[in-house]
Amino acid sequence: MSSPRPVQKPETSSTLVEVRGVTKEYRRGSETVHVLQELSLNIPNGDFLALMGPSGSGKTTLLNLLGGIDRPTAGSIVVEGTDIAQYGESELARWRAHNVGFVFQLYHLLPVLSAERNVELPLLLTGLSASERKRRVQAAMQLTNIADRARHKPSELSGGQEQRVGIARAIVADPLLLLCDEPTGDLDRKSGDEILDLLQALNREQGKTIVMVTHDPHAAARARRILYMNKGRLATEAEK
Amino acid sequence: MRWLYQLYTVCALNLRNLKGRLDSSVVAVIGFTGVVMVFVAVFAIREGFDDTMRETGSPDVAIVMRGGAGAEVNSVLSVNDAKQVAGAPGITATAGGPLVSDELLVQLSMPKADTGLDANVPFRGVDANAFLVHGKVHIVAGRNFQPGLNEVIVGLRASHEYRGFSLGSTLHSGPYQWAIVGIFDDGGVYSSEVWGDLTIMQAAYRRGSSLESVYAKLTSPDAFQAFKDYLTTNPQLTVSVERETDFYAEQSKNMSSFITGAGTFIAFLMGIGAIFGAINTMYNSVSSRAAEIATLRALGFGRSPVLLSVLVEGMLLGLVGGVIGGALAYVLFNGIETSTLGTNFAQVAFSFRVTPELLTRGTVYALLMGLVGGLLPALRAVRMPIASSLRQL
Amino acid sequence: MKYLPLIWANLMRRKARTLFTVLSVFIAFMLYAVLGAVNQAFTGGVQLAGADRLVVMNRIGLINSMPINYADRIAKVPGVADVTWQEWVGAYFQDPRQPITGFGVDASSFLEVHQDMHLPPEQSQAWLVDKAGVIIGPVLAKRYGWKVGDHIPLRSNIWRDKQGNSTWDVNIDGIYGGGQEDLLLMHYKYLDDTRAFRNNQVGMFLLKIADPEHAGTIAEQVDGMFANSDAETKTSTEKAFLQSFAAMLGNIGKIVVGIVSAVLFSMLLVTGNTMAQSIRERVSEMAVLKALGFSRRGVALMVLAESLLVTVIGGVLGFAFGAMFAGAIGSKLPFLQGFHTPASSAALAVLLMASLGLLAGLLPATQAMRLQVAAALRRA
Repeated sequence: MSSPRPVQKPETSSTLVEVRGVTKEYRRGSETVHVLQELSLNIPNGDFLALMGPSGSGKTTLLNLLGGIDRPTAGSIVVEGTDIAQYGESELARWRAHNVGFVFQLYHLLPVLSAERNVELPLLLTGLSASERKRRVQAAMQLTNIADRARHKPSELSGGQEQRVGIARAIVADPLLLLCDEPTGDLDRKSGDEILDLLQALNREQGKTIVMVTHDPHAAARARRILYMNKGRLATEAEK
Repeated sequence: MRWLYQLYTVCALNLRNLKGRLDSSVVAVIGFTGVVMVFVAVFAIREGFDDTMRETGSPDVAIVMRGGAGAEVNSVLSVNDAKQVAGAPGITATAGGPLVSDELLVQLSMPKADTGLDANVPFRGVDANAFLVHGKVHIVAGRNFQPGLNEVIVGLRASHEYRGFSLGSTLHSGPYQWAIVGIFDDGGVYSSEVWGDLTIMQAAYRRGSSLESVYAKLTSPDAFQAFKDYLTTNPQLTVSVERETDFYAEQSKNMSSFITGAGTFIAFLMGIGAIFGAINTMYNSVSSRAAEIATLRALGFGRSPVLLSVLVEGMLLGLVGGVIGGALAYVLFNGIETSTLGTNFAQVAFSFRVTPELLTRGTVYALLMGLVGGLLPALRAVRMPIASSLRQL
Repeated sequence: MKYLPLIWANLMRRKARTLFTVLSVFIAFMLYAVLGAVNQAFTGGVQLAGADRLVVMNRIGLINSMPINYADRIAKVPGVADVTWQEWVGAYFQDPRQPITGFGVDASSFLEVHQDMHLPPEQSQAWLVDKAGVIIGPVLAKRYGWKVGDHIPLRSNIWRDKQGNSTWDVNIDGIYGGGQEDLLLMHYKYLDDTRAFRNNQVGMFLLKIADPEHAGTIAEQVDGMFANSDAETKTSTEKAFLQSFAAMLGNIGKIVVGIVSAVLFSMLLVTGNTMAQSIRERVSEMAVLKALGFSRRGVALMVLAESLLVTVIGGVLGFAFGAMFAGAIGSKLPFLQGFHTPASSAALAVLLMASLGLLAGLLPATQAMRLQVAAALRRA
């Protein structure tokens, strides 16, 4: 197993994430399940990386590890010089709040809150004033083209609209990394395309680094490079 | 018939998945248990108190006190008054004369057994006739006191209520000693008293020859009216005449109504609280069964079996809570001796009495609470739209 | 605070459920407030008792009395600042079944010993010179509608004058405030001069002592003075004396505590259960919050805050309502005058509300804290 050499693009200046020898195992009863095996990869700043593979290949697990909502059994994950694999629970939480934005297949919006309150959530973890929070929420929602639905509850939104809110929430705190787990998995083709357009725009125009897990080649095609995973390892790399 | 079958099916299904909702069901049951326990306990106090008062005396014994006294301790009767009473018609005659008991009641301050704090202990000075007039009084241990001596007998309840009231001990009050030579019981109020020789009491407590009350044993309960009229129309006397049973029953009215009032209020409030808790439980039950209910209805089950099944569940929870609460109340409280302020500003001791009637009432109350608690959720259950509930599957 | 909208929204998720939980807590604390009033009614006298007042009664019992000349000898005991006395009147007005707490007293020394009672000077002056005058407490004034200047035929169910009458005509010279608010005080002389028996005797002496610390020694001295006499005495602090009385009514305190505990325990279960249900439904949401960067402690605190909000809102409203209710009962029912929820109940109630909220939310909060984000999201 050899680690693919990162190709430097003129826009990207540095490596944002360095994954080295990461292993993840689960205990299920008396058996041990190996989800990731000695995985290493680099993600440069401004990258748009798609992770593809059959179910059980560990791609979502890798995403979770990158986002700090799970910890590797072994190995290091260095983000902007910090090895988050060494972090404890509370440190990870704090790190996540500032550095990561998640976009979920099932949106995971809080049904009791309006769209704008949902988007505001990550900002509650910062020390920003109420007016400053409001400003950023507005900006994020305008960027994702969902500002007109600010007061609506998730139950009043279509799937595509919910996902926009999800993306707005993910970028409102201006994180380093945007992690998307099957963002179009639950959407029809048209809505899905709109979402992918949005993600591409965020990557090209705002310079956001995005890692997207998907099983849809159509969606993966929108990324800058695609990595295939199988049984916990990286298979090949294809890039545009 | 089919309807009944539907009802049975729905209820059976309901019970089957109760296990998944066990925690919230347990909470509702505990709520009902608490309410019934308090309900039964408080009314057991009233039953016990009333019982003791009711058991006191006989309908063929009359008590005569000074007019307007209200209680023996407020009354003063002279020897002459007592003679006049003895001359009234309707009194049982014996070889020794008409059967009347002259009595004097004082309250002596003595410490209670549990708290050590002083309470008013009723000391009744009586003569030999008292034991013939108060037929229910009998010695249960030791012997009766001898006239002319500083000897007393204590009631069975009194012997538990106060410190040092055991057979063979001596009571001290001021400069006087009273030797306890026997224990008596009557099943009523007198059991909370101490009885001694009338003449000795009169001397010790500076009463001269005055009395407070005269009890007369009448030939029959019907002789009462003539007896009373004779005395109340006598211009030389200002007396109040009552049946012994009525007198003590009357004395208990205030305390009894207070307990009833307070008990009802508390049980009512607690009941409402328990109902609110049960409503949550039932809502939970209904929502967790939403898909199942929708399926049944899609299959053709009617609304009323569904509605009733929720009510039945509520009542079942109430029943369980009621039975447990009643059982706990019985085990914990029945027979416990306690005392409170009774006649003559003195202590009346009695026991908690958990009667079958009380237990039944408690259970019925619990069933009612369960029913009311299930009402709103039952309505919601039948109003749930079938299609959207199915989608939840 | 900024998390309030989120916490509130979560409570409003299932409005009916939150409402009924709040109502349960409401009822519990309403009951608590009313029971607090009951407890106060039975034992409140004890709190009123002055630490610097001693009660002297006949050792045999209250039924017996003591010679009034004891007062002079008691006054000479070192440490005794003032001596006064009172004689039970057995008073009632028209209905013998509605007793009035009435005493024949020595007016000037009585007021001296009861500094907590106050009276406008013109009223106390009037009373002092009016042989048949009485002062009454506000409770009596309200109950019978009496005013200063009224003439009342007071009756006694114990005392008779030499002609056999039991009526003493009195004039209401004043209405006092403070102290025990349901008393009627007449002049001892007026009662004693005309009654047919027990003359020159009183049922109780009240002493004011200079230093509460010396209560014990002074009591011993007084009782020692009259040992072996015809009327031996028993001296105790006013507090101890009143406690005996309260205890005679039965263990009201214990009963009340028992009931309140039972109720609060069920409330704990109801609230805890509601919280647990609510959290269970929100597993994925809790996971999302954690994914967004909310710390474990933050999530746990939010759950506790929800729980506290329920118990505090329900508790404060319920207690306030219960206290109002108790006060209303007190003003409407004549024999329950002065029925009210004491302030001490309020302080304890707040403590209970807070503990209830914290305890009910404890388990769900811990669950929320321990939630594994990745696993929870996967399950959703």
